[in-house]
Amino acid sequence: MSHDSHDMDMPDTVTSTEASHSGLLDGEYDDAAGYYTPGTPLVDTKAPQGPIADRWSDRKFEARLVNPANRRKLSIIIVGTGLAGASAAATLGEAGYNVKTFCYQDSPRRAHSIAAQGGINAAKNYKEDGDSVHRLFYDTVKGGDYRSRESNVYRLAEVSTNIIDQCVAQGVPFAREYGGLLDNRSFGGVQVSRTFYARGQTGQQLLIGAYQALERQIAAGTVSMFTRHEMLELIVADGKARGIIARDMVTGEIQTHLADVVVLASGGYGNVFYLSTNAMGSNVTAAWRAHRKGAYMANPCYTQIHPTCIPVSGSHQSKLTLMSESLRNDGRIWVPKNQADCDKDPREIAEEDRDYYLERIYPSFGNLVPRDIASRAAKNVCDEGRGVGPEVDGVRRGVYLDFADAIDRLGRDAVANKYGNLFDMYARITGEDPYSVPMRIYPAVHYVMGGLWVDYDLQSTIPGLFVTGEANFSDHGANRLGASALMQGLADGYFVLPHTIRDYLADGPFEAIGEDHPAVVEARTSVTDRIEHFLSVNGTRSVDSYHRELGNIMWEYCGMERTETGLKKAIDLIRGLRDDFYRNVKVLGTNESLNQSLEKAGRVADFFELGELMCIDALNRRESCGGHFRGESQTEDGEALRHDDEFAYVAAWEWAGLDERPVLHKEDLVYTAIEMKQRSYK
Amino acid sequence: MNLTLKIWRQPDAVSPGAMHTYQLADVSPDMSFLEMLDVLNEQLNDQGEDPIAFDSDCREGICGMCGLMINGDAHGPEVTTTCQLHMRSFTDGETITIEPWRSDAFPVVKDLVVDRGAFDRIIQAGGYVSVNTGSAPEAHSVPVPKDDADRAFNVATCIGCGACVAACPNGSASLFMGAKVTHLGLLPQGQPERDERVVNMVAQHDHEGFGGCTNIGACTAACPKEIPLDVISQLNRDLRTAIKHGH
Repeated sequence: MSHDSHDMDMPDTVTSTEASHSGLLDGEYDDAAGYYTPGTPLVDTKAPQGPIADRWSDRKFEARLVNPANRRKLSIIIVGTGLAGASAAATLGEAGYNVKTFCYQDSPRRAHSIAAQGGINAAKNYKEDGDSVHRLFYDTVKGGDYRSRESNVYRLAEVSTNIIDQCVAQGVPFAREYGGLLDNRSFGGVQVSRTFYARGQTGQQLLIGAYQALERQIAAGTVSMFTRHEMLELIVADGKARGIIARDMVTGEIQTHLADVVVLASGGYGNVFYLSTNAMGSNVTAAWRAHRKGAYMANPCYTQIHPTCIPVSGSHQSKLTLMSESLRNDGRIWVPKNQADCDKDPREIAEEDRDYYLERIYPSFGNLVPRDIASRAAKNVCDEGRGVGPEVDGVRRGVYLDFADAIDRLGRDAVANKYGNLFDMYARITGEDPYSVPMRIYPAVHYVMGGLWVDYDLQSTIPGLFVTGEANFSDHGANRLGASALMQGLADGYFVLPHTIRDYLADGPFEAIGEDHPAVVEARTSVTDRIEHFLSVNGTRSVDSYHRELGNIMWEYCGMERTETGLKKAIDLIRGLRDDFYRNVKVLGTNESLNQSLEKAGRVADFFELGELMCIDALNRRESCGGHFRGESQTEDGEALRHDDEFAYVAAWEWAGLDERPVLHKEDLVYTAIEMKQRSYK
Repeated sequence: MNLTLKIWRQPDAVSPGAMHTYQLADVSPDMSFLEMLDVLNEQLNDQGEDPIAFDSDCREGICGMCGLMINGDAHGPEVTTTCQLHMRSFTDGETITIEPWRSDAFPVVKDLVVDRGAFDRIIQAGGYVSVNTGSAPEAHSVPVPKDDADRAFNVATCIGCGACVAACPNGSASLFMGAKVTHLGLLPQGQPERDERVVNMVAQHDHEGFGGCTNIGACTAACPKEIPLDVISQLNRDLRTAIKHGH
């Protein structure tokens, strides 16, 4: 999260679906045939009808109320304490419900929302520069490459302004101007200034605001907080989500927590790639266990990859760090023309021996091409053997981002003023001084747009299971705009879920179930069986070594560019590795203590199954859209080519069992308030 | 580089702990300190020995989850978090001592992992502005002087890692508390509860077993976010004012 893409300043041209279609006939390709089962379409998303600007007020009015006296009889479980979870827990606690909140970290304040740098969008139009709810809505749908649901996105834009009011009232120290009013900046290439920020630590400040609101409710007794607890199973009793099985990560105790409703705010699954900008503990387990219990997973292949991360320095690498994409405004990207120069000091490589490949291939946009183009181009030159930096597993994966020209032109001080903090961060991590040696960068996985399918109420296909924030799929389509992740997390938690969940809770409290209910017993048994299995395999390979290998497969075949051949190969590799994992993993210690290997084993097991589904989803979607690029679907210039007539739908996958073909349910995307356009940057 | 590591091992909160010595070869100077421990853990796992438990999450210096005493210094020799410390800060052949945070108020959970729940409870005592969702006025209705907003931001960058406590010979959390009291005290939104906030937070701090401040300044020297020492002056001033107001 950071300063942002330049994706959005590209002019668009309206193209007919035929023109964008390169002559394919409907159904001519079914790349994923044999890997999935076609299912019934998803038709009821609960999205209200009528003028788009009225839909959210209509829904809020129609959603039934819960009498304040009844609220304390209703219990809510919330998994995750990032922006989407902490804000929901605080708000529902204030409303008087009984809330239980869970996080795997030692404090709710650690959730990875805290690492978001750049800012949060809101349609305040404080700059009087033509911004509006409608324009933020339009930019978000366009940024998502017309693969999001318009009703949800409109609502997101609509409540964005309330978020800023709420955060300011909490004491979030946003950047201000000398007059004392809030400052805004332009972000993500959009033409209006609508991004609110707190230096480069906006996520931290927003999360601390939500965390403090949450701690206030904990003190008030409306919220019970379970830190160092990990959800390992969802309890679905009589067709409704009624609780979770959690493991106390300190004592190993397997606990049953029952409630009237369950909310997953458990974040994204970028760590399926092993290396990503996510936190070490970020995982898919909560969402995946729900998926296995009947919640559909939507568009799992939509992954956002950032071109400007610090490259891998060795096989010990545990995570990747993002640097602001604004660096591309002044830095020039190049690699040596000759492989023989790749291990030389870059300062000794003559100008004529350098290949400024983005400037060469894309003369009009040069280093400012959209992030997916920049990322793929970097991968291509490294695959050709012209990457720079240390060799890791036999390949140099890095390209230069050179500020020498900028320093000549603007002076060192001006460059330091603009990028000083980033240069410092780079120097700390790499030990190199970017003022004198060109930076090295490489793309990294940053965010996932896919997630559990939810309707307009943020309810999944399991009644009583709601999903918020990055864990759901709903608002960003195939790509997310910069400064919109924070907006969505807080929109869901503060202003959307608290209204929609009451309509569900109005039917409660539901009939009490006990620990002896068959659904509870089944969930507990599956958890304890799995733990016992991991501890008893006593194989030869560590969990991390499997995770790293899975990540390599995903990165190679389901990363920046996906092809039919590559994805089919990846599916085979993943299945083989998964089998080996269950037979040969080595997890020491016991369940009855803090056991970090055991924690990781469960998460990696779920990443295997998710990774396979991501590949199947990517295989099915034979088009390029947003963050998903299929090698088979590009223009002659290597531009992404969308196929609106075949793929303007949400792919919602139903679990059919291990080694069974998942069932594909399609939700058609219909735009009534906006016209679909094809991206072009010629 | 080759290193000798002396590391605190303790199976759980109640069992006694001890320093154990490990040899680690071929450490790259480009590894982060925690990646060096990851490599050691892979080695231990291969040898059938329980890996060393330590906390970390974001590994980019912002979540505050990591934190080790390295050669007696909280977060080690650089002004940064443990996760952002790199092995190039050490030399080949060096012996490195690694312990958990030292503080009675942060009991050891296992090995290098401690319980910092006391920080959350201090925030629960008053480290917030009481404003329910939906009741906020328009954001521009209350201007905030830029200098106040900037200073509030600077002290709000505290990541709650606990290095200040670990570095303090008294085990005081005054820097942590002072940062929050100063952050909210500088903003108009924080004024209505300013007196109760400081009184309640300090009471909780003392109840948790943190020590008092004697102006040594080890906290600010160890702070990876460089929270300045004068937030403690502000804390004391706010406390005195609140008491004068009859709290």
